[in-house]
Amino acid sequence: MRRFVSFVPFVVNSFFMNDATPTTTAARTKPLLSVKDLVVRYTLGPGRVLTAVDQVSFELHPGETLGLVGESGCGKSSLARAVLQLIRPASGNVTFLGQELTRLNGAALRSMRRQMQIVFQDPRGSLNPRWRVGRIVEEPLRVHRLAERDQRKRMAHAMLAQVGLAPAYFEQRPAQLSGGQQQRVGIARALVTRPKLVVCDEPVSSLDVSIQAQILNLLQGLKEELGVSYLFVAHNLGVVRSLSDRVAVMYLGQFVETAPSAALFERPLHPYTMGLIASVLRPDLSARAQLDRAASYAAGDIPGLLHAPPGCRYHTRCPYAQQRCREQRPALEKVDGQDSHQVACHYWREIARNA
Amino acid sequence: MLEIKNLHTQFSTANGLLRAVDGVSFALHQRAAIGIVGESGSGKSVTALSILRLFGPLDKVSIRGEILFEGIDLVRLSETELRRIRGSKIAVVFQDPLTSLNPVMPVGEQIAETLRFHRRLNKAAAKARTLELMELVGIGEVARRYGDLPEQFSGGMRQRIMIAIAIACEPKLLIADEPTTALDVTVQSQVLMLLNRLRDELGMALIMISHDLGVIAATCDFVQVMYGGRVVERGHIQEILNRPNHPYTAALLRLVPRIDGPVQRKLNPIPGQPTPIFASVRGCCFAARCEFVTERCRTDDPPMHDFGNHHVSACWLAEERELGALTTKSTRITK
Repeated sequence: MRRFVSFVPFVVNSFFMNDATPTTTAARTKPLLSVKDLVVRYTLGPGRVLTAVDQVSFELHPGETLGLVGESGCGKSSLARAVLQLIRPASGNVTFLGQELTRLNGAALRSMRRQMQIVFQDPRGSLNPRWRVGRIVEEPLRVHRLAERDQRKRMAHAMLAQVGLAPAYFEQRPAQLSGGQQQRVGIARALVTRPKLVVCDEPVSSLDVSIQAQILNLLQGLKEELGVSYLFVAHNLGVVRSLSDRVAVMYLGQFVETAPSAALFERPLHPYTMGLIASVLRPDLSARAQLDRAASYAAGDIPGLLHAPPGCRYHTRCPYAQQRCREQRPALEKVDGQDSHQVACHYWREIARNA
Repeated sequence: MLEIKNLHTQFSTANGLLRAVDGVSFALHQRAAIGIVGESGSGKSVTALSILRLFGPLDKVSIRGEILFEGIDLVRLSETELRRIRGSKIAVVFQDPLTSLNPVMPVGEQIAETLRFHRRLNKAAAKARTLELMELVGIGEVARRYGDLPEQFSGGMRQRIMIAIAIACEPKLLIADEPTTALDVTVQSQVLMLLNRLRDELGMALIMISHDLGVIAATCDFVQVMYGGRVVERGHIQEILNRPNHPYTAALLRLVPRIDGPVQRKLNPIPGQPTPIFASVRGCCFAARCEFVTERCRTDDPPMHDFGNHHVSACWLAEERELGALTTKSTRITK
């Protein structure tokens, strides 16, 4: 599929009045998104409360991609949705473009949504089956009153072209498209308002490997062309690595390690991170041996959130667990004084020394 | 032990005749393990399900060809005769234990059910053997958990229960259809290790279906790559991983997002998407997406080129590629 690159963004961008890119150095280094001590809870019944996200903090800078990885029950999807206020957090702050989102409601919150969008995992479930593709992509422009009818149509066409869909798809319904094509529509819809932040919630998990590659390329290309920041949620480490600048690893509602992408994969410090990396089976002849290694880092099953272990939540599966781990929850510590690499483990230094 | 000859499995659907499996042949010896890899619509699952005719009551399916198991053609067997083989001589582990296990029946009884039907054990003997099996697959506190329902177990544990049901009668052949796809990756390794161990101890042959080449590399001796209902390549694991011949195999290997090596910000994807096979396809099934396609590829079915040592590849350019005359145009990036 050819890339409709050069002229399209210029043509479309001229329609946006508020689309100012930061020009001063200060504006460029200020975080786009700042999350502090975020807590998300679900009430399952009288006296049964699930804490899906337990005091998580992080920053996202303009044009950056932060990967959020973890397995079932880690809270990554809840975290991503709470940032966008699709679920309201129980406590904590979410500062986006200088605004405190947790305090916004109604029209004020809606107007912020122009700048923060989401691509869902299941394209089939997130596209209205009765609407045509063109209308789906035009919808955000209509809701935020960004263009009149004819202009909307032109912009939707341009956006579809940018995601690699020919004009003919404009009049089709989602069911007539393949999974990969539907996901392109989902991406077009998310980007048509030129948001500064896009949450990608497992966008390629339901796609075949060959289609996955196309969509990842598309996301990377759009990031380069439009300077958008991604909060990229995935459980596949290889996928996260290819797209992310920084990665945060979550386990049972907490960050256990955050680091620049390269550092995380070259020098993982938390036993869970090591376990996750070891569990990715490389298709080569050492695969059988890899199984042994993988199983040694992460024994047993992931406990449900309702039965989250005391102290360090990972201690029930950790090969290095000590008494202190069973009693005291470790805080995120900076590695070598760097803000960029942090790990929540009582014994990470000793483990690293012996690795 | 198992020989599949020219298998054609077709479904009558509202959109026409779907050729899910379009002429597949392969053989499997005792204790050997073959992985079948492919994407959606490749026919990998349907091939395995055809062996035991595991289709829904509403599926209008027709199976042609021969499926010889220990000399008997399974295609010719009646439903009653086939039922005696299902679960005892040939067993299956499915992808999603949540939908494959009976949600209202205690797990111990689901395992015992197989033993009582196939081995005619009485209740007490079946229970005793079930407790042994539960221990064997790594479920702790078996006496207490015998009476628990599937929902009280984690995904990894439910899959172990499925495996216990499958190996209860010590089958000669185990078919595993994406057994770890629905599981978390750290649990996947444990379940695969269990499968490897059981295969060794019980001397079973294995057909492992997966879209994940890593999973196949960790469990199988041979791998068969399928596309569009046909076999495009097959061989020893070492051979296929190191020297893939068919362009589709090479592309699949190239597109796995790696956690080692240099970071690939831009992959070189295969253009287009796989389409279900309704009409009779002339020529190579992969022609529409292949970067090396020639006119002949579009009009004539490629022969199965045999390189010896069990390595076969269905490509008109198999020989040229083997000699390294054609290499992937890896510098060309497409959306």
